[in-house]
Amino acid sequence: MKKLMSSMRIAFRALTMNKLRSALTMLGIVIGVASVIATVAIGSGATERIQQQIASIGSNIIIVLPGSTTSAGLRMGTGNAVTLTEADARELVAQCPDVALVAPMVRGGAQVVYGNNNWATIIYGVTPDYLAIRDFSVVDGSEFTQQDVEGANKVALLGKTVVDNLFGGAEPVGQVIRIKNVPFTVVGMLTPKGQSSQGQDQDDVILLPISTAKRKVIGINSANADAVNTIMIQAKSGAQIPLAEEEARALLRQRHHLQAAEADDFTIRNLQELFAAQEASSGIMAMMLAAVASVSLVVGGIGIMNIMLISVRERTREIGLRQAIGAKTRDILTQFLVEAVTLSIAGGFVGILLGIGASALISRIAGWATTVGPGAVLLAVFFSALVGIGFGYYPARKAAYLDPIEALRYE
Amino acid sequence: MPPLIDVRELTKTYRLGEVSVNALQGVTTTIEKGSFVAVMGASGSGKSTFMNLLGCLDRPTSGRYLLDGIPVESLDRDQLAEIRNQKIGFIFQNFNLLARMTVLENVELPLLYKDEDTPDADARAWQVLDSVGLAGREYSFPTQLSGGQQQRVAIARSLINQPEILLADEPTGALDSRTSVEIMSIFQGLNRTQGITILLVTHSDEVAAYADRIIGFRDGLIVSDGPLMKPQKAAEDLVALLRAPVEVPQ
Repeated sequence: MKKLMSSMRIAFRALTMNKLRSALTMLGIVIGVASVIATVAIGSGATERIQQQIASIGSNIIIVLPGSTTSAGLRMGTGNAVTLTEADARELVAQCPDVALVAPMVRGGAQVVYGNNNWATIIYGVTPDYLAIRDFSVVDGSEFTQQDVEGANKVALLGKTVVDNLFGGAEPVGQVIRIKNVPFTVVGMLTPKGQSSQGQDQDDVILLPISTAKRKVIGINSANADAVNTIMIQAKSGAQIPLAEEEARALLRQRHHLQAAEADDFTIRNLQELFAAQEASSGIMAMMLAAVASVSLVVGGIGIMNIMLISVRERTREIGLRQAIGAKTRDILTQFLVEAVTLSIAGGFVGILLGIGASALISRIAGWATTVGPGAVLLAVFFSALVGIGFGYYPARKAAYLDPIEALRYE
Repeated sequence: MPPLIDVRELTKTYRLGEVSVNALQGVTTTIEKGSFVAVMGASGSGKSTFMNLLGCLDRPTSGRYLLDGIPVESLDRDQLAEIRNQKIGFIFQNFNLLARMTVLENVELPLLYKDEDTPDADARAWQVLDSVGLAGREYSFPTQLSGGQQQRVAIARSLINQPEILLADEPTGALDSRTSVEIMSIFQGLNRTQGITILLVTHSDEVAAYADRIIGFRDGLIVSDGPLMKPQKAAEDLVALLRAPVEVPQ
């Protein structure tokens, strides 16, 4: 302990003797650590953003779309058939043990009018469970209820973009808007969700009770009055998604009277897989950035090695003297290692501060989300110490194994 | 009582590429505890090699070296370092003080490499500095001192671990003649009053005259070895020098 304290004092003195040289040597580590911190911050910022997007869709979601129809030889593409119904949705939640919630929905576009303003937006006809599945909440006013759905009440929940365009700052709740000339009472405004991962504005939307939407706005499907555009299913947990998917597939095939050889007349999409892939690719990106940044850390380490070799040469006589008065191999080794590690850790700390500053600046200028976690900081400290030991070892060893007679005679 | 230093048929061969140089070709001698020996000889005579071996800075190619009963030739690098730390004090021509450290820190440096802590390090350093006449300069830096004062710091440093033997390599080589006498009087004092064994390498007959015994080297062998019947007394010479009129340069 006494020796370590003394080594640190000697190291500190040796480093302050050549302030400019020490500062320039540290600069390599400073830049290396700062760029590692900044790139990791950008990477984890991106990952966090994807996680937020996943959360904005809702968690553990499976989407069921109707299959395609074939009309006079023309295949119409996914979602055109009228095979999915509200009854399907009710049975899914009743019969599948791994399904938590099910929300059938119909979709359409409409022009919306309030006073002198009008706005074209997307109309979703949904049930209250849709809000729960998509993790929608109401920031102002209240949600509509199952009674509103059963009574086909003319109530509407507005997304923030719609509110902004129709009301321009006025209080929307309690006001009456007209959708396709039908008056609806605004009961609440949805909490803003921002852009989806595909860049859609998730707030440019109006939610109506599914019954009202069908009868008054979107229109009842002539082929099947019970038909819906989409059924959203929430599994009970992330692990239960594959089970819920299988149960839903089996139930729907049975309800739609499909033979074993027949293809599904619906499509099941699992968003979790999509986002897992996105998250993985952003993770790989972040790792690559960090790998490039750590190259500069290695370059910084070489700078330390270079200066330590010069320092050993300059202080050959001092080393010889220390050996003559009894310094053992280990004593000299420790002394120079402490010096190298002091350089690299000091550079590491400055680099951390600079990296945090750079991340904040990148966030501000480029508008990228950045997150500096304690893990990244700890890692930076650990790696700068490692660089100090790694690149300091060779010069220190060289010093420790000098021949005392030659070292004393060195001019 | 066995001699402090007992060397038998000591040889040292250096290899310089293809050529090998026989620096020592079989040296046998003993040095008693409490003696004051001057080692003389031309450059290349082997005296420096002899001193390096005695100082445990190097190991002989062959032969035997007993220091205080310890067979030095069989010790490893770190064991040699420990012997140097415990039993030997070094004094060099160019002082070898560390410029960035105070006088006190320079003197305490050997204590840093002892295995056990020295709680009274400061007190001991103050005491040895006082004994070489440097009380009051504890917190000076070496560059603020004269050559003679720097050599006294080096002597104080060599004494801090209470060594058996002081090895001085041309200790007055960088000093003027009056300062040389001052340094020699310190050595004689340490030898006479504390019984410390001193070995001194010198070119100068005047300096050698203060020793009790002179060993002469030539071509890697001892060619002369004899006691001085009436060694010069440095303290008396110093008094005489002080009395002499000092010429003040204009």
